[in-house]
Amino acid sequence: MPDSAVIEISKVSTRFGEHVVHAELDLEVRRGEIFALVGGSGSGKSTLLREMILLQRPDSGSIRVLGVDLRDIADDAAMSLRRHWGVMFQHGGLFGSLTVLENVGLPLREHSRLDDKLIDEIAAWKLAMTGLEPEVGAQYPAELSGGMMKRASLARALALDPELLFLDEPTAGLDPNSAGEIDQLVRKLRDQFGLSIVMITHDLDLLWQVTDRVAVLAEGKVQGVGSMAELSTLDNPAIRQFFAGPRGRAAREQAEKRSETGSP
Amino acid sequence: MQALAPEPAAIAQPTPQRLAFSGCWTARGIGAIEHRLESLRVAATTIADATGIAALDTAGAWLLQKLLLRLRAAGSAVTLEGLRPDFAKLLDTVAQYVTDQPVPAPIPPTTAFERVGRSTAAAGEQAVALLSFVGESAIALARCVAHPARFRWRPILYNIRCAGFDALPIVGLLSFLLGVVVAYQGAGQLRQYGANIFVADLIGLSMLREFAPLITAIIIAGRSGSAYAAQIGTMSVTEEIDAMRTLGIAPLELLVLPKIIALLLALPLLTVFADVLGVIGGMIMAHAQLGIGYGEFLDRLVKAVSVTDYLIGVCKAPVFAGIIAVVGCFQGFRTQGGADSVGRQTTRSVVQSIFLVIVADALFSIAFSALDI
Repeated sequence: MPDSAVIEISKVSTRFGEHVVHAELDLEVRRGEIFALVGGSGSGKSTLLREMILLQRPDSGSIRVLGVDLRDIADDAAMSLRRHWGVMFQHGGLFGSLTVLENVGLPLREHSRLDDKLIDEIAAWKLAMTGLEPEVGAQYPAELSGGMMKRASLARALALDPELLFLDEPTAGLDPNSAGEIDQLVRKLRDQFGLSIVMITHDLDLLWQVTDRVAVLAEGKVQGVGSMAELSTLDNPAIRQFFAGPRGRAAREQAEKRSETGSP
Repeated sequence: MQALAPEPAAIAQPTPQRLAFSGCWTARGIGAIEHRLESLRVAATTIADATGIAALDTAGAWLLQKLLLRLRAAGSAVTLEGLRPDFAKLLDTVAQYVTDQPVPAPIPPTTAFERVGRSTAAAGEQAVALLSFVGESAIALARCVAHPARFRWRPILYNIRCAGFDALPIVGLLSFLLGVVVAYQGAGQLRQYGANIFVADLIGLSMLREFAPLITAIIIAGRSGSAYAAQIGTMSVTEEIDAMRTLGIAPLELLVLPKIIALLLALPLLTVFADVLGVIGGMIMAHAQLGIGYGEFLDRLVKAVSVTDYLIGVCKAPVFAGIIAVVGCFQGFRTQGGADSVGRQTTRSVVQSIFLVIVADALFSIAFSALDI
């Protein structure tokens, strides 16, 4: 099923008291694509992400992830679903009492019957896959820099070979160099393992250079979906915000220059 | 999506020259065969048939690649056949990593001797750090006394309410029960000698001199000392302490001094409250067990207990208060890392402050008996 949807969201509404976060929102993420959710603060991107990963429930509407309806989902179905996705949290969400290697091996230890030695080897490989040095494995999360923390968190999200990867602000708080490396890493993961990736980001470089499609959220609805080039031609004020301004233009020019010279 | 229960990985060896892999070579499927692979022996030239592999993930690929490497290193020429192209790609990725994987240096195990040495050094370092914290707090206090405008009254009053007023019910209840218990235990003994009235001496002296200050200090160490350590610890984990320093606010002045001053005021008052409730508890028990009237009990109490006894008890309280507040704040500031460390330092603050309070109480007893009071 190459073109099928991994996530189908239809008519989702969410309210916090009087405040309407989502008003009958529809969205679809296709298999094998890198999809980004953008929007101003309070536009409900994080809430939507939390609803997709079963941390929160919408008030109405349906969300289907990997073909499973999340409403009234049974415990074992939810458990099996959780093994098929990986989540990288904004601040890492690494367990402070475990070393990085133990953090990465934890999902394998919980969900398989493999030997500790084998788990450590696989975890070390996952760390290497995300570009971390082997010595980092023995450190505790508190000793890591921001970029290393994100990579370690990504390695843990990849531990069970998910089909679907959720990234919450993968480049926030990173220096441009590390952010650039994360860009490449995300693309490499998709190309190598055929992952579908859903991310929340404000990083215009990441949006221009890595994503296949982007959805702009505002006023509880999806204001537009499409590639960055398509979105930049739309005349919706909520979308224009992202492309107007010096930062938006610079990122776009850089992306266009890259595609002209033919380098990835 | 894959089925809920994957078909486990399997490996068959119909002839020594042939291996057949099948099933799901995934993290959940390979648990069953992992140990069998170690003892697998094959002929010098072997064909490994991978057509049966239904699923392969990184864990499975890792295991397969390691098996092939081991067999080849043992001198067998193993040819892998029939692997699906996408699986072959994954196996290549693994192969790339396995070959250039550095061998991690083994960490030598620590000996008992080394552990004793390390913990001794750590204890010594902590004692020095505590001493320097006491010194820093004293300097901050002296600076505030020199410029009284630097005292932060609002946090002081807030801390008096939290650590003092809000603790009244629990301190009152526990010292009342302690008075009841002491009178109950004493009553049986005193009755044997017909010395019923001396229960007033017993209650008065033991509660006022020892039990009331001690039980109050222990309750406050568990209640407020731990809260101080947890609050300051969490603040240092979330970089609030650093933020305070960069804004030019001394954390000692804003966080530590108000707590020390508030507790220095609140603990003696709580001790007096505990004295009263403890004596009332004893009095009620004396009436119930020994039939001593309340008036009679109070008459004897006034004769038996001097003002010195009362003051001895109350003057211990500020010392205990200093210990509890300083140890609580000190352990809070020593928090490093994450949530785990906050828990550890909070535990330490309670254990150490109760330990030091009891040690101080013992020293007081020795000092008072030497001074004959």
